[in-house]
Amino acid sequence: MTGLWRRPAVRKAVIVLALLVVWEAVTRWAASPLLFPTASSVLAAFGRSIANGEVPGYAAQSLKVLLTGMVIGGALALVLTTVAVTTRIGAEFLETVTAMFNPLPAIALMPLALLWFGLGVKSLIFVIIHSVLWPMSLNTYTGFVTVPQTLRRVGQNFGLTGWRLVAGILLPAAFPYILSGIKIGWAFAWRTIIAAEMVFGVAGSQGGLGWFIYQNRFEMNTDLVFAGLLTVILIGLLVENLFFKWLEKKTVLRWGMSAAH
Amino acid sequence: MMADLLRVRGVTISYPTENGLFTAVEDVTFSVGRGERFVLLGPSGCGKSTLLKSVAGFMPPARGTVELDGRSVTRPGPDRVVVFQEFDQLLPWKTVLGNVVYPLRVARRMDEGAARREAGRFLGMVGLDRFADSYPHQLSGGMKQRAAIARSLALDPAMLLMDEPFASLDALTRRKMQEELLIIWEATRKTILFVTHSIQEAVILGDRVLILSPGPGRVRRLVANPAVGQRDTEAALTMQREIQEILGE
Repeated sequence: MTGLWRRPAVRKAVIVLALLVVWEAVTRWAASPLLFPTASSVLAAFGRSIANGEVPGYAAQSLKVLLTGMVIGGALALVLTTVAVTTRIGAEFLETVTAMFNPLPAIALMPLALLWFGLGVKSLIFVIIHSVLWPMSLNTYTGFVTVPQTLRRVGQNFGLTGWRLVAGILLPAAFPYILSGIKIGWAFAWRTIIAAEMVFGVAGSQGGLGWFIYQNRFEMNTDLVFAGLLTVILIGLLVENLFFKWLEKKTVLRWGMSAAH
Repeated sequence: MMADLLRVRGVTISYPTENGLFTAVEDVTFSVGRGERFVLLGPSGCGKSTLLKSVAGFMPPARGTVELDGRSVTRPGPDRVVVFQEFDQLLPWKTVLGNVVYPLRVARRMDEGAARREAGRFLGMVGLDRFADSYPHQLSGGMKQRAAIARSLALDPAMLLMDEPFASLDALTRRKMQEELLIIWEATRKTILFVTHSIQEAVILGDRVLILSPGPGRVRRLVANPAVGQRDTEAALTMQREIQEILGE
């Protein structure tokens, strides 16, 4: 028993369990199920909405839009940073625009997005690109400029120049920074998309998780609102603790390059 | 006399620093024969590394010319492969084998199978065949330098440019690497330009030694070294004393 208690994962599981028990007790005793449903009814609603495919559908829609935004944002970041490492004016341009736009929350751009792209996926993608572009550019740029001069020269020595040097040497050498940029980008994008979906709502027949939460609040299905929030938390945890940990183990840890930051 | 492979004529190298233009090397002339082991020796600040980087094509000279086989050197290329002092010259994201295969694919345009065979052969030559699938961060400093040497040899360059490749190694490993380089040279007869600040290393490895003086780097004396390949013999010690005296003048 004490041996088990020494494992952080076990202790954390106990904490979660205790929180659930407190939640259950307090809501049974004191709260209206319309405002704050019990833990058991939320878990039941969560199970139902998973089983009937409703929540997986909404989650898939959110992730699809998010990935589209991240891929476009990542490609733009790559272009910006490549120009920035090859020309001085490019570096100054990148420094200026990231300094300007990085502090601007993506949510604040939603009225403009609405004006320019209307209700729908285009607006969502626009704010996602904004939320990932600047942190990913900053990290990638830092990664590029911190590539050891020896490695650059090794690449040049092989006869690599221009794009082939970037792809063959600079990109993999900067990968620890690029990966941490992707992680930060994901964290921003995940929070942004849930919030943005509440404003932009449904596109065509299929909305995202944010829409699911918002719509159920409208219909006073508070247990489903909670189930939606639970899904947002779970997907966030899965991506950060399983996917990114796995990716790090396959790349920077295996290469002994995890020293970045 | 062997035909000259490398001709460095009247080379001056300067680069901008915060305090204005800094002249690292001034009016240096020398030639390296085909198959020769040529050492650039001098205290720190004598511009010997700068000179090697210029031959490599990383630093164009302000005045003078660098010619390899009669052709002017203008940029880096796989006909002059550099072995650096720094351990981080291996690509950390590739295995030891991958580090040798990759340049063969991009610089010599070999197909995967041929590149792997060639890489395996040279890793065997430096005694690293058992570590082919390891990543660089799993190797000791000496093994990293061996891998870098294998990679350079596999590219089959006209010249091997070695920029204090053993300077960061402990004394024992350094000694061992010097012996191994002599054996590799016997087997391949590659032309080597070797930079060092160690008189002993210069005497062991150099058919001829170009002694440079600092501030800015100039040629002090070019000496032929009959004691090449020898460490503690009478001839080697005499040679070391002679060089010591020239450096102290």
